[in-house]
Amino acid sequence: MSVTATIPNSRETDLIARIKAGDRALFYELIQPYQRSVYAAAFSVLGNPTDAEDAAQEAFLKALTHIGQFRAEAKFSTWLVQIALNEARLRIRKERKGLYSSMDEGAQDDEGEYFPIDYADWREIPSEALQRKELKEALQRAVQSLKPKYREVLVLRDIEHLNIAETAEALGITEAAVKTRLLRARLMMRDALAPGFDGSWSVGTPTYKKIRPF
Amino acid sequence: MPDDHSILEIDCEHVILQISNYIDGEIDANLRARMEAHVRGCKHCSAILDGTNNTLRLLADGKTLELPPGFSERLRLRLAAHINHK
Ligand SMILES: [Zn+2]
Repeated sequence: MSVTATIPNSRETDLIARIKAGDRALFYELIQPYQRSVYAAAFSVLGNPTDAEDAAQEAFLKALTHIGQFRAEAKFSTWLVQIALNEARLRIRKERKGLYSSMDEGAQDDEGEYFPIDYADWREIPSEALQRKELKEALQRAVQSLKPKYREVLVLRDIEHLNIAETAEALGITEAAVKTRLLRARLMMRDALAPGFDGSWSVGTPTYKKIRPF
Repeated sequence: MPDDHSILEIDCEHVILQISNYIDGEIDANLRARMEAHVRGCKHCSAILDGTNNTLRLLADGKTLELPPGFSERLRLRLAAHINHK
């Protein structure tokens, strides 16, 4: 176990012990703080709210069923996230069965370079833009537009704030792969959101100018 | 930090490839200094860096992936049904 592991949460440890001993009604209380992480993990694979909710809820049921297998030296939140990722991937495999077995499922890891497509200068975020529904929708669309393997690292790292080691552990990939995918995911997100690119959420009179040095 | 004149220059491509590691503090001090020197003089890379940082700020505010309304209650009910069933 790494020295950077967080101090064990004694309340959580206690709850887990009592649930293992048979007091299963305490499970809802135990997982209360992790609902969003588990939902986000499922969403990161599936990319839509309805399927993500379904997979997340199924993951919680599986976690309860298998809580006897949870090892005390693991981090409970990471364990839950792994179950959610597995559940979501299972659904994708089932869905694709018989259809085309295509896309990003798998082997080829495009380590190829990705370069930003839009060079708009974007020093400031207009504060009023932060309130806008349009911006929230633009963010959601941008996240949904990513391929699962990029969305997974982006959601775990930049929305759920797992560190690189935790992200690697949850996804079962190396830290180097996390970093490579994260670079690409972040640049694609920036490109999708850079104001002026399609102007969809620029506020008032555009204050941005395109800078294309090349 | 070494002054700019003692820093080996790096190009835009190299900066972009390391920009995510730079944001995460996953690079050594030497590379950091070289990148900072480059970004100070390069509008292109500074725009990419600022935009990426802005993107991360927007993502971090938690509104991008909210739980669907009613999620908790539906979960509570499903768990209760599951527990009572056993
Ligand atoms: Zn540059």
